Formats: sequence, C-alpha cells, structure tokens
Amino acid sequence: MKRAVWVLAVLLSHWRRHPMQLATLLVGLIAATALWSGVQALNQQARVSYDRAAALFGGARTAMLIDPAHATFSQAAFVALRRAGWPVSPVLEDRVQVNGRSVRLLGIEPVTMPAETASSSAIDRNDLHAFVAPPGRTLVAPEALRDLGLVAGATPRINDSAELPPLQSQPQLAPGVLIVDIGVAQRVLGKPEQISRLLVGKTAHGAGDLPDKVAGATLQWVAPDSETDLARLTDSFHLNLTAFGLLSFLVGLFIVNSAIGLAFEQRLPTLRTLRACGVSARLLNVVVVVELVSLALLGGLIGLIGGYVIAAALLPDVAASLRGLYGAQLPGTLSLQPQWWLAGIAMSVLGALAAAAASLVRLARLPLLAAAQPYAWQQAQRRWLLRQGVLAAAMLIAAVGILIFGDSLLAGFAVLAALLLSAALALPVLLDGVLRLGGKGARGALPAWFWADSRQQLPGLSLALMALLLALAVNVGVGTMVQSFSATFVRWLDGRLAADIYVSAANETQAAEIRRWLATRTDISAVLPGARTEVQIDGAPVEIMGVADHATYRENWPLLRSAADGWDRVHRGAAAFISEQLSRRLHLDVGSRLRIDAPGGDWSLDVVGVYADYGNPKGQLAVNIDALLRHFPDTPQTRFGMRVAPEHIANVIAAMRAAFHLDARQLADQATVKAESKRIFNRTFAVTAALNTFTLGVAGIALLTSLLTLSGSRLPQLAPLWAIGITRERLAVIELLKTMAVALVTALLALPLGLLVAWCLIAVVNVKAFGWRLPFQVFPMQLLELLGVAMVAALLATLLPILKLARMQPTTLIKIFADER
Amino acid sequence: MNADRHLSRRTFVASLAGLGFAAARAQAQGFAGLGGEAAGFAPVAPGRKFVFPDDFGAHPEFRIEWWYVTANLHDTNGAVYGAQWTLFRQAMAPGPQREGWANQQVWMGHAAVTSATAHRFSETFARGGVGQAGVTIAPFEAWIDAWRMSALPPLSDETFAPLQLTAAGTDFDYALRLDAKRPLVLQGDHGYSRKSERGQASYYYSQPYFTATGTIVIDGQSNAVSGPAWLDREWSSQPLAADQTGWDWFSLHLDGGDKVMLFRLRQKDGGHYFAGNWIGGDGRSVPLLSDSIDMTPLAFTDVAHRRVPTQWRIAVPSHGLAVDCAPLNVRSWMGTSFPYWEGPIAFHGSHNGVGYLEMTGY
Repeated sequence: MKRAVWVLAVLLSHWRRHPMQLATLLVGLIAATALWSGVQALNQQARVSYDRAAALFGGARTAMLIDPAHATFSQAAFVALRRAGWPVSPVLEDRVQVNGRSVRLLGIEPVTMPAETASSSAIDRNDLHAFVAPPGRTLVAPEALRDLGLVAGATPRINDSAELPPLQSQPQLAPGVLIVDIGVAQRVLGKPEQISRLLVGKTAHGAGDLPDKVAGATLQWVAPDSETDLARLTDSFHLNLTAFGLLSFLVGLFIVNSAIGLAFEQRLPTLRTLRACGVSARLLNVVVVVELVSLALLGGLIGLIGGYVIAAALLPDVAASLRGLYGAQLPGTLSLQPQWWLAGIAMSVLGALAAAAASLVRLARLPLLAAAQPYAWQQAQRRWLLRQGVLAAAMLIAAVGILIFGDSLLAGFAVLAALLLSAALALPVLLDGVLRLGGKGARGALPAWFWADSRQQLPGLSLALMALLLALAVNVGVGTMVQSFSATFVRWLDGRLAADIYVSAANETQAAEIRRWLATRTDISAVLPGARTEVQIDGAPVEIMGVADHATYRENWPLLRSAADGWDRVHRGAAAFISEQLSRRLHLDVGSRLRIDAPGGDWSLDVVGVYADYGNPKGQLAVNIDALLRHFPDTPQTRFGMRVAPEHIANVIAAMRAAFHLDARQLADQATVKAESKRIFNRTFAVTAALNTFTLGVAGIALLTSLLTLSGSRLPQLAPLWAIGITRERLAVIELLKTMAVALVTALLALPLGLLVAWCLIAVVNVKAFGWRLPFQVFPMQLLELLGVAMVAALLATLLPILKLARMQPTTLIKIFADER
Repeated sequence: MNADRHLSRRTFVASLAGLGFAAARAQAQGFAGLGGEAAGFAPVAPGRKFVFPDDFGAHPEFRIEWWYVTANLHDTNGAVYGAQWTLFRQAMAPGPQREGWANQQVWMGHAAVTSATAHRFSETFARGGVGQAGVTIAPFEAWIDAWRMSALPPLSDETFAPLQLTAAGTDFDYALRLDAKRPLVLQGDHGYSRKSERGQASYYYSQPYFTATGTIVIDGQSNAVSGPAWLDREWSSQPLAADQTGWDWFSLHLDGGDKVMLFRLRQKDGGHYFAGNWIGGDGRSVPLLSDSIDMTPLAFTDVAHRRVPTQWRIAVPSHGLAVDCAPLNVRSWMGTSFPYWEGPIAFHGSHNGVGYLEMTGY
C-alpha cells in the first residue's frame, strides 16, 4: 500500500512539472462532461415534466380501452367490465373553453382509479371526500390558474354554459388540465353516463380476453405505452439534443486522448525507471488507473457543475421551443435527480478510461528495458492509412445502406452518424493524398521535407483534425438547415397569415357582439371567420380547420400541390386540403379519400391539395368553414381574421381593444403574430446553434492540445533542421504554414460534407422527426464565413505552440541530441 | 355480542379513512363523543321488527352496514381451509339517495382464503349509484365488481338460503354454495345489539347454520371443499366509543350443534367490554352477560410488525364451556387498507369444534 502511494506520488509529480498538460486534460474532461450532462439535464427535466403530465392523463402508463368508432361510449361498459372482474376505471375528457382559453377537462373516478395512476396523480387523499361529494372540486395547476386569470374557489363556466365546481390549486398538476370527478364532468359536458375511455389496472387479463361487445360497444385495447404522448411528440427534439451532446462528448474525449497520450509519452522514462526499481507491472497499471480515475472524478465533478450552468442557461430556450412546438410545459427552473450526477460522473470516468485505453494497453505491455523506439513510421503509417480507408469505405456503404433501407428517425440519425464517421476516417487518407501530391511537386530539400514532415505529423494530428472536420461539417449542416428554414418559413408565414388582424373572442356571445360591431365599420374590407376542431384519425389527434372561401386564402394558401379545381371543391364541402404531415403519415395525396367520424354523421372528404404546415406536430385538414360547422355543430366560432387596409390597422386594433377589453392574446395584428411565430422557431434552433458553437470551440481546443502534444514530441525532428542552420523563427513559420495548410484542406473538405449533412437533416431527419420537408438551399456567404471561422480557430490553436518554438532556448534544442531518444 | 361487527365496522370506517374519507371518520368520532344518534342518519333503537326479505337488502338511511360470511372448510383429504366474504357499505352523507355518481354510498369488499400454509386476500372499492356495487332484494344479490352473493331461487325468507358466493383475487378464487335448514338468528336482544356501556348499538342478525360446498382455488390448485359457514348482517349509524382501541371476536361451531358468538372490546384504560350470544340446539339465542365470559390470550405471533394473540383460552362457565383455541394459520393477516387479523380456528376442551377469529386494533 505504501509502495503504491509512493508510485502515485512519483507519477503525479509529472503534472507539477507540466501544469499546462494537466489543465488540458482537465479541460477535455470538463468540456466533455459539461456538454453531455448539460444536454442530459435538459432532457431529464423535460421527461419529468412529461411524466407529470402523463400521470394525469392516465393513458400513458396504464393500458386503456377505447371505442375506436366513437369519441365516447356508455358507462354501462364500465359496470359490465367491473362485474366481469376487470379492474377498469372510467375517464371522460373533452376540450373546453374557460375564460376564452382552451383547456382539457378531465373527469376521473378516484375510487377505482388504478393504484399506479392514482398514486402519481395529484389528488390529495384527504381531499377525496370533498372531491367526489357535491359540489366537488376542480383541481388545477397554479400556472393554469394564473393563465386563466382566476383565483382558487372561483366557479368559472365552461363554454359559457355549465358552472364548474370551485377551483382548487394543486401544484403537482400539469398545466392546461382541469380535473373533476367523472360525475361532474358528465354533467357539465352534457354527456350523462358517457365515458371517453377506461383505464385498466394491473390484471391477468389481456386484450384477447376482451368480449366482442361490452354493453353494446366494441372496445379496443390500447396497450400501455412506455412513452407519453408528449414524450413521443418531442422525441425528435430530444434526440437532436442528445446527438449534439454525444458529439460534443466525443470531441471532448479527443482532447483527453491527446493529453493522456502526451503524458504517457513523456512519462515513459519514469515508468521504465519505476519498473526497473522493482515496481510490478500490475501495481504500476493499478496506480495509473487510480490516477486517471481520480482525475476523471475531479474533471467530471467540475464538468457537471458546468453542465448545470449550460442547462440552466439553455433551459429558457428549450422550454420556449417545447412550448411553442408541442405545447409541452416545462417549469422554468432545473431540478436534477441524483441519477443525473451519477450518470455524469460515470460518463466522465468511462470516457477517460476509453480515451486512455490505447495508452493503458501500451503500459501493460511495456518492455522493461526497451531501446529507443523503432522508427519505421512510414510502413506503420501506410498500414494505418489503409485501415482507415477501408473503415471509411465500410461506413460510407453503411450510410448509403441505411439511407436506402432505413425508415425511421433513428435510421436518419444513423445515416448522419455513419456519414460523419466515414468522412472522419477518410480524412487522414485524403490529407495524406493531398500532401503526397504536394510533395511530388516540391523542389528543393526544405519544401520536400515540409511535405514529408506534414505527412509524418498526420497520425498525431488526425484525431484533432477529425474533430475539426466533424464540428465544421455539423456547423455547416445545421447552419444550412436553419437558414433554409427561415427563408422558407417567412414565405410560408406570409401565406398562412394572410389576414391583417386576428381575433379570438372569449366566448360565443362576445364573438357575436364583435361581429355586429365590425359590420358597422367602414375601414374593414372583409371578416374571415375561422373555426377549429379536433378529431382522432388512426389513433392520433388531427386538427380540422374551417376556412372561409375568400380570395385572401385562395391567393395565399401555401399549397405544395393541388387539383386544378381544388378551392371550388373545398368550397362545395366534400373536399379538403391536408397538411404535408398528415399526407406523409396517412400516405394520402391529391386524389385520395378520407373519412371522418363527425357528430353530424360520417364525413367523406376528397383530398384535393397538400399544403405546408411547418412546425405543427399534429396533422391538419383545411375544409370549408360552413361544411365544418354542419358536421361539427358544437365547434366554437370565436376566431376570425380581418382584412384591413394597412393604414387603418392600428386604429381598428385600438378601437377593438377599447370596446371589448381584448388582451394581446386575443387580438393581434399580422405583424405581431408573425414576429411571435418567428421568435418561437428561432428559439427552436437557438439551442442547436448554441451547442454547435460549443462543439466548434471544443474542436478548437482539441486542435490546440494535439499541437501542444506534438510540439514536445516533434523536437527530435526539428532539432536537426535547426542544427543545419534554419532559424527558430523560420522553423516556426514553417510549422504554422503546415498546420494552416492541413486545417485549410480539412475545412474545405468539411464544406461539401456539411452540405451533405444539411441534406440529410432536411430530407431525412426532419421528415421523420417533424413530418415536413424544407426546400434545400445553399448559402455561399455562410459557408465562407464558417471557413474563415475555422481558419481563425486553427490559427489561434497553432499560435501558442509556434510561439513556444520561436522562443525556444537553443539549449533545449541541443539537448535533443543528448537525449536517448 | 356485536363486537365482531364493531370490529368490522371500524375496519370499514378506517379503510375509508385510509382511502381518504377522513372527514367521515372524524365526523363519526364526533358523534360518538356525543353518544347520540348521528345527525341525519336513522337511529338504532330497541324493539325493531325485522322483516324478510326486506332486511336482506341495504338500509341506506343508516350510516354503515355489512354482509359478512365466514366458512370453515375441508377437502376430501381432510385438509382444512377458511374463506371470508365481506361487503361493506358506508354513506358519506345522510339524506335522500342521490342518483348516479352523485350517490353518497361507498362500497368496499374484502375476500380471503386461508390454508395451513397460505393466506390470500383482496379488497376492492366502489361508489354507489352506477351499478358497480350494490344489493338488490328480488332477486337477492349483493355484489361488488365480480364478487357476489346471490340467491339460488327459490330463496327462503326464513333461512336466507340457498345462496351462491363467489370472489377472486389475483392469486385465489372460490365459489361456494350455502344451504341452511334452520331459520335466521337474531343477535343481542331480539336483534338489538349493544356495543358499549354508553349505549352504542346496531341491528344484527346471523345465519350460523349455513353448510358450504364448492371449490377453493389457491395458486391454480383447485380443491373441492365443504363445511359449516356463518353469515352476519348488521347495520348502524353510531360509531364506536372514542376510548375503544380494538376487539377480539369469535364465532364458534360446537360439535354438538350449538353456536356461540363472543367478543371482547378493548378499552384504552386496559378494561374490556365482553358480550356474546349462545345459540342452543333449539335455535334459541341467549345473550351472555359481560361477567360470564372469560377470554385469555395464551400465545402471541409477530405478524406484519405487530404482536397479535393467536391462541386463546375461552370460558363461559354458565354453559360449561372451557376450550383452548388455535388458528389454522397464525399469519391470517388481512393487509388491507385498514389491516386486521381474520382466520379460521379450531378448539378443544370441554367442547371441540371450529370457528373464526377476528382481531383488530393491533
């Protein structure tokens, strides 16, 4: 034991002499852990929120029975199944308007609620009596209470008719949901003895035991889902984050790898000496691992703190994106679970061990009395390049294979990963080829040496250059995607937000008043009523949008393709435009037919067009508004748009605000709505962009540390040149040129690769993740800008080692010749 | 003689408290302190005339009520079993019965089977008004979920037989047919059963002469069984006295054909309130005086972190009864929302026989 401590002390003394190396190693560990754990913290936070929401919906964690043909079915099915021994519990759910806001009203039955659902639901056990006994309670999250502008104890009306039981604030609840007893829900929704679904508790029964008919209804078993609806909807977003987190982690490990490689290299004499002094190989191995793990723990801990800071900084953007895109509500503050800390530390330690694996293996095989290293580097390098080339080709084939045969989001990311990996592996081969070509054209000894030495440097630099290539390519890819997106999005918004003013009345009474008021105004060119309802198609929610037949829409609707007489057929009521997402999901296109269960009877619609509906996680149909109201008579008609000459917009808004006390949410002009929409979408990619920048930064650090590593070990190559009369300054310039040259080649390779990545993101990943495809565009200025950034990063990374070389004491260079190596 | 029912009632009330009906329980205790009738609920008074089949059904104007069956069974190889079936009703509020989900009744079911090596139990809850649980008189059926006690027509109003009894949990189920040749027995004083010195009481009648036949399935192992069974029907509006901590209740099937019901109500001050009925071979039910009953724990079992007396010496000198009771399974623990011990016993001494023991408040 004592011996081990002494060995450790000897090894640690190395860091005292090379504090910069220690710093590099720690920076690598910290960067890797911080970026990874930051992303994980965001994901975890989101998942916890989804679970909180899902616990209340009750549908995610437990199996369910629904009537696929109808929105609700008779509660007699509940009694029949209970009496047949099924542990089922009824739920009645609907969307309702409260104070002009749309919320979910959820009627539950707490006495039979499955324990796994009930225990996670927010009903305080002591309040159960008050909850079920008249007048009952309406449980609501404090956030929702604020949003609705109500206070606890209030009894708001839903849809301007039935009064809800007194509101009671419940902090554990998900926002946007009101919870009442099933009996209350049936009464206020006017659906006596009707239920939306049955939750199934733990039971030996399975789907196969279900009778064909239960109390006249044909019920369908919906298996419990390991994922919640929100989790599924937002999966792509989190996968995105995770992919970036992982990329950053790997880049961080490159740094760790080069730092450990250098330290090992420099400690070889010490290690040999220790072995010669009688320290067993096993003890030495153990001590080196202990040292590494200790450093990893330290770096990991600091990294976790960094990760927390990153996550806290990004959380507002992430929360805004999730809310804007999916309506998922995230609390504004981070609360992390112990697993997060443990996982972060574990990643740090395992990453450090992986990064050090090569060095550790060499240490284990270290011959006791090895001579100076054999230097047949050329043969070794040829073999290495060949291996890299073969691997790169294999990865490329894999990428193409997955692209052709894969059909999921994961496959999309796999294509990306394989493509990037293939490019990274191919990089040294390509660089070697370029440098060899350069060497062939070289005249004179020094240029020839320049090219040859650059090639010889490749193995040492290749990891860092790979990191640079990946970071740049991903930057180009994401940058191109985001730019394509904003270019398309602006045009699309112009089409979708064609009206000049948008109004959402608090209720139908107010809507009618507003319409009457509008009729008296002369400064309004047109009032365009709108209505929206939601149905289930194939088990997924689909919005139906009622659109007035007006030139505003005919001219601006962002149709991707349509039948010639599309608008006329939609106007007649038996045809619809469908969103791109719905078209892809249900494999529908112009000429297909679609059937909808409507309260007014089945509604059969011809698809006469497909339009872009970016950013909507739900599928959407656009139909004629009169047809919609015929088939869904209960649809609230509280929204409408107005065409107003630009010079009157401000006046009209001011007048309406004064007349009807409408707030900003209920009354907005087109410019404001557009700005808000753009803001949401910009924030969606703000996180991606931030991580992008981090990744590039980390790649820069990787390059710096690789060069630092090399600058020490390359002295034996440089010293002879100095000895034959080339000044240190000249040597430094040569070194700078060399590094910049390989960095330039790398960056130039990164540009086409980045465009390929962008194509993958737009044509594969986005389509799978969101259901829509953007037109692919190239932005040359952006590419040039990134090229510049890459060169500056390379220059900065090169500067320190070069300055060191330029200022190196001649004695240091002379000493090279005295060194055994 | 109604201690068992007290026990059960308390079980029920406490279970509901566990479920969340703390308000009801607190209210109940408040009324107990007053020693009067629970406001709004029907009072329990001596001299009530029992009418069948009406009194097979529910009495929703009273706060609490139960249908309670215990059976001492054995299979053809002589292996011994016990079965319990209980349906409790409690009204959350007095007044006219409200329709549908607004109905103020809450129902709770307990079912259990016991063998020498296993004790399996299950519980379930339901709200009244929608049909998940309830009691109908014609035809007679008491049910909660798939558990039911139903008439096998024609049902005799005199014997409350024949009945079919079924219940199932995840790891057991049973189906028993109950037959009886002798009439129902009124407990206490003609069905008015006093529960404390301070006047708490209930309406209480029994059918101790049931013969059960059927099958018990434990862990997929089916056993044809038969043996004596005992039904209790009781309802009341009054809660227990606040100083009563629990009780120990026995139903005994004596080999000679006599039936005995005994209980001991434990008080905080260490004192006990004893009561019981001796039902002779002629079917006559005689109340036993408090000082004529002697119940002494002989051995204790640690079960579910509690110390429960599982072996007893019972003496009723006025009837020459002096027996030692031992349980079939000392671990007959009902780990329900409000936990208690309930299981089959056998006794030897001046008389031999089998019975059921229920103990709460440990």
